[in-house]
Amino acid sequence: MAALDRVKVLVLGDSGVGKSSLVHLLCHNQVLGNPSWTVGCSVDVRIHDYKEGTPEEKTYYIELWDVGGSVGSATSVKSTRAVFYNLLNGIILVHDLTNKKSSQNLYRWTLEALNRDAAPTGVLVTNGDYDREQFADNQIPLLVIGTKLDQIPETKRNEVLTRTAFLAEDFNAEEINLDCTNPRYLAAGSSNAVKLSRFFDKVIEKRYFLRDGNQIPGFSERKRFGGGTLKSLHYD
Amino acid sequence: QVLFFGFGWLFFMRKLFKDYEVRQYVVQVIFSVTFAFSCTMFELIIFEILGVLNSSSRYFHWKLNLCVILLILVFMVPFYIGYFVVSNIRLLHRQKLLFACVLWLTFMYFFWKLGDPFPILSPKHGILSIEQLISRVGVIGVTLMALLSGFGAVNCPYTYMSYFLRNVTDADILALERRLLQTMDMIVSKKKRIAVAHRTMFQRGEVHNKPTGFWGMIKSVTTSVPGSENLSLIQQEVDALEELSRQLFLETADLHATKERIEYSKTFQGKYFNFMGYFFSIYCVWKIFMATINIVFDRVGKTDPVTRGIEITVNYLGIQFDVKFWSQHISFILVGIIIVTSIRGLLITLTKFFYAISSSKSSNVIVLLLAQIMGMYFVSSVLLIRMSMPPEYRTIITEVLGELQFNFYHRWFDVIFLVSALSSILFLYLAHKQAPEKHMAL
Repeated sequence: MAALDRVKVLVLGDSGVGKSSLVHLLCHNQVLGNPSWTVGCSVDVRIHDYKEGTPEEKTYYIELWDVGGSVGSATSVKSTRAVFYNLLNGIILVHDLTNKKSSQNLYRWTLEALNRDAAPTGVLVTNGDYDREQFADNQIPLLVIGTKLDQIPETKRNEVLTRTAFLAEDFNAEEINLDCTNPRYLAAGSSNAVKLSRFFDKVIEKRYFLRDGNQIPGFSERKRFGGGTLKSLHYD
Repeated sequence: QVLFFGFGWLFFMRKLFKDYEVRQYVVQVIFSVTFAFSCTMFELIIFEILGVLNSSSRYFHWKLNLCVILLILVFMVPFYIGYFVVSNIRLLHRQKLLFACVLWLTFMYFFWKLGDPFPILSPKHGILSIEQLISRVGVIGVTLMALLSGFGAVNCPYTYMSYFLRNVTDADILALERRLLQTMDMIVSKKKRIAVAHRTMFQRGEVHNKPTGFWGMIKSVTTSVPGSENLSLIQQEVDALEELSRQLFLETADLHATKERIEYSKTFQGKYFNFMGYFFSIYCVWKIFMATINIVFDRVGKTDPVTRGIEITVNYLGIQFDVKFWSQHISFILVGIIIVTSIRGLLITLTKFFYAISSSKSSNVIVLLLAQIMGMYFVSSVLLIRMSMPPEYRTIITEVLGELQFNFYHRWFDVIFLVSALSSILFLYLAHKQAPEKHMAL
C-alpha cells in the first residue's frame, strides 16, 4: 500500500485566507481546531480514488503542499519558496471571499509558481502583470477555492459569487466556495465534492496519462518523465 | 496643509494597506490627519528659520497646531483604539460604546499618573492646561524616540557595513535546500503511512476515536489496538520533522537574504551605501559617546553643535567667516536633513512593523497605534530639535510651549538612548555569535 503513485498539488494563496484549514479539511475530513501561521511549507496527504466506481479505479496519493507567506514577500523568501515549486502537477488557488485583494493576488501567485516551473535556471519573472496568454498554454490544472463564505452576509452573496465566477473563468478553472470550518460543504455527493474529485482526476490524468492514453509505467522513471511530460506538452 | 494631507492619504493607501481592504474610513482619516498636522509642525519650524511669515501669525499657527494635535493624540486616538479593541473581542459586542469609554478613562488615568514621578508639575498652571498635556505626551514620546534611535543607531551600521556579512556560497544554499526537501519528503512518507493506516482502519469499520470517558479508559488499557500505538509514534516523529522543516526554511531564507546583500554590495549603489554606512556608524558611535559624557558629567548642552563646530573651526583653523550668517544656513540645512531622514526612517520602520504583525482583524487597531506613536514621535522631536538650533530660534518654541523643563527632557533622552543602544549591541552580538555556530554545525 505504500507503493501507491503520487501527484503533487500546490496550495497557494495569501496569508490568512485559510489554506491550512482547507488542507486539513481535505485530508482529515475534520475541522482544524487551532489554525496558526504557516512558516515555510506544510504537507499533507490525501488518498484519492481515481475514477471511482469504474473498473479502472486506482488509488493515488495526493500530496497537498501548503506554502506559507505573502506574494509581496522579500525576494529572498520568494527564492526559498521556489524550492517547493518543483515537479508540480496541479495548483489549488485559495482566496478569501471577504477580501478582494486576495483574489487579485492570485494572478501573481500563479505567475510565481508557473514561472519557476518553466525556467530551469530559476530566474523569476518579477513583473506581476496579468497576461492571459501566459495562462493559455498552461497545462497544469487549476482550481480556485474561495473561503470564509459564512462571513459574507446573504445580501452581498450574489455579487461576490459573480465576481469569483469571472475570476475562475480567467484561470480557465473550476471554482468552489466554502467555509473551512464546516465539513458540510465537502460532504460526499455534494456538487463541491464532485468538482473536487473531478479536479483531482484531471491532475492525475495529466500526470500519468499522455494525450494518446498510454500510462507511464515504473516508479523510478517517473521522476525523469515528470518534467519531460510537461515540457513535451509545452512544445506541442 | 492640504498637500500633506493628500500625501498622508496616499501613503496610507499604497504602502500600508496593500493586501487588505480598508473597512473603516474613519481610521484612514485619522491617520492622514495626524500625519498632516505633524508635517505642518515641521513646516513651521522651517518657516521659523527662514523667517517667512509674520512673527505673530506664526505664533498663532503654532498654538493652533499644537492644540489640534494634542486633542487628537490624547482624546480621539485612544478612544478609537479602545473602540476597535473592544469590537474585536466578540463577547462584549453589545455594549461597545460603554466599554470603549471605560478603556479610555483608564488610559487617561494612567496618563495622568505618569506625570507624577517626573519634575514636571509646576504649581502655576491648572490641571487641563496645554503644558500639562504636552509634558506628558513629551515624556512618552521622548522615551519612544530614544528607544528607537538607540536601536537604530546600532542596527544601522550593522546592516550597512559589509564587514559583518558572512560569506555565503551557492553550494551552501543548495545543500540547505536539499536538506529541506529531504525533510519534506520524509514528512510526506510518514504522513502517507498514517493516512493509509487510517483508511484501512476506517474500511474495517473500526472506530478510531480516542477513547473518552471512564469506561473508555479502562477499555483502552485492556484492549489496545495494535495500529494506534504505532500511529501516535509516527505522529510524534512527524511533528518533530515539521518543526525541523520550519527551521530549515527560515535558515534558507536567511541565507538567500545574505547572498542578496552580498551581491547588492558589489554594485555601485551598494558601494555607496556601504560608504554611508561607515559614515553613519561613526556618527552613531559619536552620539553614544556624547550621551555617556552627558550623563557622567551631568552637563546639558547650552549651545548647539553647529555654532560650536563653527567656533571650533574659527578658533583652530583660523578661517574667518561670518559666524552668524553661516550658522543660520547650516543649521537650517541640518535641521532639514534631520527632519526628512527621521520622517522617512519612521515611515519605513512603521511599514515594516505593520507588515510583520498585521492581520485582517487587528489591522485597524494597529494603524491607530501607529498614528498615535507617530504623533508622539513628532511632538517630542520638536522638543528635542530645540537643542540643535541656535538660541535666537529657540525663543519662539520656548514661548509657545510654555515652561517646560527642557533640560530634563534632554537628560531623559540621553539615558534611555544609552540604555537601548547598549542593550541592542548586546542583542546583536549574541545573534551574530549564534549564527556562525549554527552554520558550522551543518
